[in-house]
Amino acid sequence: MRPILLSGHERALTQVKFSKEGDLIFSVSKDHIPSAWYSANGERFGAYKGHQGALWTVDVDPTTTLLATGGADNTMRLWEVKTGRELKKWEFPTSIRRCEFSEDGRQLLGVTEKRTGQLSNVVVYDINPDPDAEQTDEESLRIVVEELPRVTVAGFSSLGRYIITGHDNGSVAQWDAKTGELLNEVYSHEDGMSVTDLQWSADRTYFITASKDKTAKLHDTQTLEVLKTYVADTPLNSAAICPSPTEYVILGGGQAAMDVTTTSARQGKFEARFYHKIFEEEIGRVRGHFGPLNYVAVSPDGKCYCSGGEDGYVRVHHFDPPYFDFKYEVEKEKQRELGF
Amino acid sequence: MAPSFEQLDPETEYEDGEEEVDYSDLREQYEVRMEEGLDTFIVIDGLPRVPSGSKDKLVKFLLRKLTTVGKTKEESVYMPMDEAGDMTAGFAFVEYETPAQAAAAVKALHATPLDKKHTIAVNKLTDIERYGREGRIDETYKEPEIAPFEEKEHLRWWLGDQEGRDQFVMYRGDNVGVYWNEKDDQPEQVVDRMNWTESFVQWSPKGTYLTSMHTQGVQLWGGQNWSRQKRFMHPGVNLVDYSPDERYVTTWSHRPMQVEEGNPILSLEEDGKNYIIWDVATTKPLRSFVTLDVPGPTQDAEGNPTKQKIQWPAFKWSADAKYVARMTQGQGISVYELPGMNLMDKHSIKIDGIMDFEWSPTNPQRDNIREYEQLFCYWTPEMGSNPAKVGLMTVPTKEVVRTRNLFNVSDAKLHWQSESAFVCVKVDRHSKRNKNNISTNLEIFRVREKGVPVEVVDNLSGAVINFAWEPKGDRFILITAGEVPAGAAVPPKTAVSFFCPEKAKGTAVGNFKLIRTVDKKNNNAIHWSPTGRFAVVATVLSQQSFDLDFWDFDFEGEREETDKDLTANLQLVGTGDHYGITDIEWDPSGRYVATSASVWKHRMENGYHLYTFAGQTLREEPLEQFKQWAWRPRPERLLSKDEMKNVRKNLREYSKQFEELDQAKKSSANKAVVEYRRQQLEEWLAWRERVEAELVEERQELGLEEISEERAALLVADEGGEGQKVVEEIFEEILEESEEVIE
Repeated sequence: MRPILLSGHERALTQVKFSKEGDLIFSVSKDHIPSAWYSANGERFGAYKGHQGALWTVDVDPTTTLLATGGADNTMRLWEVKTGRELKKWEFPTSIRRCEFSEDGRQLLGVTEKRTGQLSNVVVYDINPDPDAEQTDEESLRIVVEELPRVTVAGFSSLGRYIITGHDNGSVAQWDAKTGELLNEVYSHEDGMSVTDLQWSADRTYFITASKDKTAKLHDTQTLEVLKTYVADTPLNSAAICPSPTEYVILGGGQAAMDVTTTSARQGKFEARFYHKIFEEEIGRVRGHFGPLNYVAVSPDGKCYCSGGEDGYVRVHHFDPPYFDFKYEVEKEKQRELGF
Repeated sequence: MAPSFEQLDPETEYEDGEEEVDYSDLREQYEVRMEEGLDTFIVIDGLPRVPSGSKDKLVKFLLRKLTTVGKTKEESVYMPMDEAGDMTAGFAFVEYETPAQAAAAVKALHATPLDKKHTIAVNKLTDIERYGREGRIDETYKEPEIAPFEEKEHLRWWLGDQEGRDQFVMYRGDNVGVYWNEKDDQPEQVVDRMNWTESFVQWSPKGTYLTSMHTQGVQLWGGQNWSRQKRFMHPGVNLVDYSPDERYVTTWSHRPMQVEEGNPILSLEEDGKNYIIWDVATTKPLRSFVTLDVPGPTQDAEGNPTKQKIQWPAFKWSADAKYVARMTQGQGISVYELPGMNLMDKHSIKIDGIMDFEWSPTNPQRDNIREYEQLFCYWTPEMGSNPAKVGLMTVPTKEVVRTRNLFNVSDAKLHWQSESAFVCVKVDRHSKRNKNNISTNLEIFRVREKGVPVEVVDNLSGAVINFAWEPKGDRFILITAGEVPAGAAVPPKTAVSFFCPEKAKGTAVGNFKLIRTVDKKNNNAIHWSPTGRFAVVATVLSQQSFDLDFWDFDFEGEREETDKDLTANLQLVGTGDHYGITDIEWDPSGRYVATSASVWKHRMENGYHLYTFAGQTLREEPLEQFKQWAWRPRPERLLSKDEMKNVRKNLREYSKQFEELDQAKKSSANKAVVEYRRQQLEEWLAWRERVEAELVEERQELGLEEISEERAALLVADEGGEGQKVVEEIFEEILEESEEVIE
């Protein structure tokens, strides 16, 4: 599994995303330029110039036509993937921590940072999928998160029915995506330990959250019930669910350099960890980064994954055949039963 | 002033989570009422009755005695007359200047004879008040009530484990837990308590008690319910040490104790002391001592006070625990006899210049000596024109059995072999010209042989930094370190040398010979298996290297020709590596080795590893805030030598049984795991099926495609390349570039 190193960024990576076909990788970092790469060979496809601050977040629509980015220059922008043209700029009083398209690509949400005098907001815009169309300035929904602590991550559930948010204190909340009403709230992670990532399963009926409390948890979208828990030995920054047929999750994290006096690569635990999704057992680790992993993403076709590190690199790993062949005895048994 | 016991809130300081320390029974028994101002008074009873004319004479006579211990004067002595008024009543009240003087008077003068007929009884007024008050003393004798027999918990229950497993205690975070060792499986928890101790835990030498440390003292726990067995009150206690038979305990605190009068357990005797030696059975203090400062400069070259090293244990127990001895450096050894804790023969043994001593670890057997005796080894440095000396002395006869003179000695360490067959004196010598050039040789005293012959092992390159005898054996390992170039940042490379005796006729032990030296190592620690034969040589507390070497001294395989006269066949059987290792502990059966990285030393990858005796890794468990690991010791084996031999002879059959048991256990455990996984898988698949069906239904209701747009994207991508995408890349390479100039 020889990695491809994407070394185009000058500062720490903050988020990496695959296109829905799995052929492109979009990356944002604390430098100001989002980049797009071919996942097959790591060649750069293009860059999107315009932002004037560190970037926190990126997402791409289902048809890989539109790209959304957000960051510390208090803007969320929409780009045409193909040409790098800036289509729209939304401005906010504080920075944008997260943006995400709904599964049909018709809606885009953004999370604004909580600061003195400013509450965390979740804003939703209706998106016109035509790159040449005028995008609206009018938000279709604004959730002012007043009673709950700062929102760190958010996303649309299946059918765009709910918005799920993860919070600074380790809690996860479910909101009605039409009315903005708070429906449910669970305290799944350790109190005071921030939820650092939220990623969906392919059909968005369940999701995984990663937290500084060194665990990642699988939640049911409908009930917010914790289905599975994956225990690591280091604070986690990200967690991704591998698409079927493999039943794995990938966790990434590591001791932040500011938290330890001397951080060697060994000590920092800068590894991507693979866990079995159903049995909650660790299966393997992939080393390589020499700083914490800030984000891990799996290609929707399940054939490769990539990780963005504090060290400024994106590493793309294409899986070898044994990765797909590995099965627990009970899984093989089940397969035989089902007549494979 | 240190807080007294009364001022401390027992709930916050002394609690172990389940039961608070309850001294109320003792409180009641010793009910304390401080009567202000009366502490300086004593009552003298048993005085002669004299006519009023002679009263002054008697008072003066008495004063002479009274002033030997404190300050008082004639007016402070009140001697009442009897009812008739012509004779003194036979007792007197005396006021001293301070309560301490009064206490000293009671101590010194009570029960001393005044003349042939009269012996005076001296008591504190407060005591008379307390114990002799009206109604306190019943005139008729009442038989003391003997409490009905209560069955105590079996303190050695853990030895009856069906599988013969060993226990260990683990201290991490605020929790102390005791576990059964389950080899490569998760250890089985026996008990786990929060804040069980305040600083560390310690097993008693035979494993009967688990010791916990608290600001107020030491507590001992045991039995199947881990209930408190004993407690010893010692404010500010830092360290604890047991006699080998667990009958006595020594506690030590850095700060001298401050005991206030009326303390239910400690008396004024203990005030200002650092050490208390306790009787475990009665939990009463036997005797207390102050710390002796080691002579030496109290300030270093820059005028800062030097760190005083304390000797621990300062009180060393003889093998049979009949004696406990402490050395006064440079002067001699004080030997105390148990259980009275009286100084043996009323005098310390004077040994000029003594630097160190060690008791023989078992009752020594010497040639032609049948009487009972204990033995200790000591050494003295060069003094004036007298050479340095190593001596062996018997107790109680105080006979010097053997001495040996040594020259150019800069330091010496005494190492007894576990059966007291040998004592090895590791002598560091400096060359005459250069005091910094240290070389080491070993002087091995063969204690069991006639006349105690001494064998010298020299030709060791460099200084020996570590030495260890094989337990119950006659082989040893040592580590030498080369010289460090001045200013070098890395510690010097070390060499590990292995020694064994040559083959000899009969039961005799031949001369010690070097088996092998392994150099260019970083090792600094030697840990023998408690049963001998196997040893771990490791590098601990190092920043750079963390290796573990597992050696077998009786390897069952080809023996090298050169080793044919030796009583060992040395072989490296395994190696390991434990990042940040700080401690190594063999289990008492010699089957497993636990290595740990404690947060007390550093904060990197704390946790433990478990190895077999041959270095095979069984478990690695990183644990945050991991502090301490200690195997529970076992008492001595009850099998006779013949029985053990028999076991060894039939080892094959025994091991077959055990392997079967292991197998059975494993497979049943495996079955459980597989069953659990199967269940997890079933549940997951059922849940997915339901959720997927619901989703499809909902989408249909909304008039949407069965799968969402983003998932559809993947299908589109797949269709293009017949299931498998092929990415073609065209590389252009310039092979040659030439420039032609055409005119």
